[in-house]
Amino acid sequence: MTVSPFLRGLAAAALCAGLLAGCSSVPLDEPAAPVVDKSNDPAAAGAADPRAVAKVDTTGGKAVDPLNDPANPLSKRSVFFDFDSFTVKPEFQGVVEAHGRYLAANKSRNIVIEGNTDERGGREYNLALGQKRAEAVKQRLQLLGVGDRQIETVSFGKEKPKALGSTEEAWAQNRRADIVYK
Amino acid sequence: MSDQPATHPPAVSLRRRALCAAGLALPGLAGAQLRVEITGVGANQFPIAIAPFAGDAPAQVDLAKVIRDDLARSGAFRVVDAGATPVALPAAASVPADLASWKGRGADALAIGSVTRLADGRYDVRYRLFDAVKQASLDGQSFVVQAGQLRLTAHHIADRIYERLTGERGVFATRVAYVVQLSPTAFELVVADSDGANPQTALRSREPIISPAWSPDGAKLAYVSFESRKPVVYVHNVSTGQRQVVANFKGNNSAPAFSPDGRTLAVTLTRDGLAQIYLMNVDGSNVRRLTQSSGIDTEAVFSPDGKFIYFTSDRGGSPQIYRQGLDGGNAQRVSFGGEYAISPDVSPDGKSLAYVARRGGRFQVMLLDLERGSEIPLTDTAKDESPSFAPNGKLVLYATEVGGRGVLGTASSDGRARARLTGPAGDIREPTWGPLIK
Repeated sequence: MTVSPFLRGLAAAALCAGLLAGCSSVPLDEPAAPVVDKSNDPAAAGAADPRAVAKVDTTGGKAVDPLNDPANPLSKRSVFFDFDSFTVKPEFQGVVEAHGRYLAANKSRNIVIEGNTDERGGREYNLALGQKRAEAVKQRLQLLGVGDRQIETVSFGKEKPKALGSTEEAWAQNRRADIVYK
Repeated sequence: MSDQPATHPPAVSLRRRALCAAGLALPGLAGAQLRVEITGVGANQFPIAIAPFAGDAPAQVDLAKVIRDDLARSGAFRVVDAGATPVALPAAASVPADLASWKGRGADALAIGSVTRLADGRYDVRYRLFDAVKQASLDGQSFVVQAGQLRLTAHHIADRIYERLTGERGVFATRVAYVVQLSPTAFELVVADSDGANPQTALRSREPIISPAWSPDGAKLAYVSFESRKPVVYVHNVSTGQRQVVANFKGNNSAPAFSPDGRTLAVTLTRDGLAQIYLMNVDGSNVRRLTQSSGIDTEAVFSPDGKFIYFTSDRGGSPQIYRQGLDGGNAQRVSFGGEYAISPDVSPDGKSLAYVARRGGRFQVMLLDLERGSEIPLTDTAKDESPSFAPNGKLVLYATEVGGRGVLGTASSDGRARARLTGPAGDIREPTWGPLIK
């Protein structure tokens, strides 16, 4: 979670004000008040520190998998393409880079990249085009240090459309490579 | 996970493609036969009358109607009304006494037949063909068949009539295969008669099936199945249901095609990165790369002499049809009419190519004369796919969309005689015409 600098500053100021309010001020030219030493008080030693914070963990001890964290760019798994194209557009480079860094740092994780096309044109030609889309994403991941063995590419061509219909919107939805973690 | 391929009852022997009567065959979800409508007629049609057959055929097989429908669908014949009264066969070696009157009714030829049930439950079928102009006998044949073979017998008679009167082989007794999609998770590979009757399910799957291709002996289908969540090529024996994975390499395995001698398969593999064409034995062994380009090479089909393949390649920028010899050498482009040409099929005489062109956003089947380089459109629809020649080269079967549904069409090689084949449910696509069975 990112907190804006302004809010951070405000919180710090409030904290300081709270601390100051809790303290009693001692004028410097009066004799010091006698020091009360409670360090050997048996009653004080057994009681819980009122300023302690105990952690209660409901996650079963595991940290949230960044892959499943909706706030993490890794939660985005699809790259969309222009008609007849297998070029990864600039707006999707961030998604590819996020997965590239993750996979390069987690060598035991493997993915399948599934390439798809819209419904226009022949089935076999589109099967090959879908494969080129999957391969284009794979090549970018490899440039980021992901191993060849971590990535399998497959194509469904136009056979498994996510969006039905013959509209520009449906076509755009289907021109897509999906990153699927195994 | 795939479903098992449909099995046939052991009593069915398909050596002579004896097709089960509807009650015995496994009815597919694909259901009843395709509905056939004639949507265009040929230029020069031979007028013929097929008289209702005399005798005691079972009610569900009207042999004369099957013959009439076959001849009409070919585009080469105009069927003249023969009335509803069965006509008796004349005595051997003579012609009907009223043959001249049939000429008067507009028929240049007349077919007469009979069906007689024998004591053992089989049927004796006889037919004769007469020339109403020359007042002569042209052909005659008799058959003894099982009840389940009556429809096939009618197709054989139609083939004989077609051959006698046009000089070309008839294809009415052949079969076709196609894919039906009933829902996003229900696909079937279906084998049916060439008129769409007797559809039988060879494979039922929850994942797509594409690119079926017949072996030259008509016994096997190769196809691409996505049942393992990626495209894999199978070779499948239609009558036994036995099938084998022949290509499951890294990436895509697709576009299978049998060589004319039935011993080699061409397939498209992306195992080396790009989609390229490879050859292999029909059991999947001895894989060797055939094409070498930096583009997409796919959809290979063999020339009838087995020496070349025609295929789709975008090595020049956009997809076009190329020809390449199997013994090496460069590929030559053969399609020049537009910016996008895919899905070639070569005619049985090797002289024509059917393919799909994209022109102004429309996808249409074209017929290209390979020697002259001239071409004509075969359809007037806009979403055509998958053209497949009949084994006599006279018709092209293809898939298209009408009213939002996937249907099949046939067109004669001059583009004029047309028919549409519609299924009872789902979308029909990926048709492939089976071979003539010797």
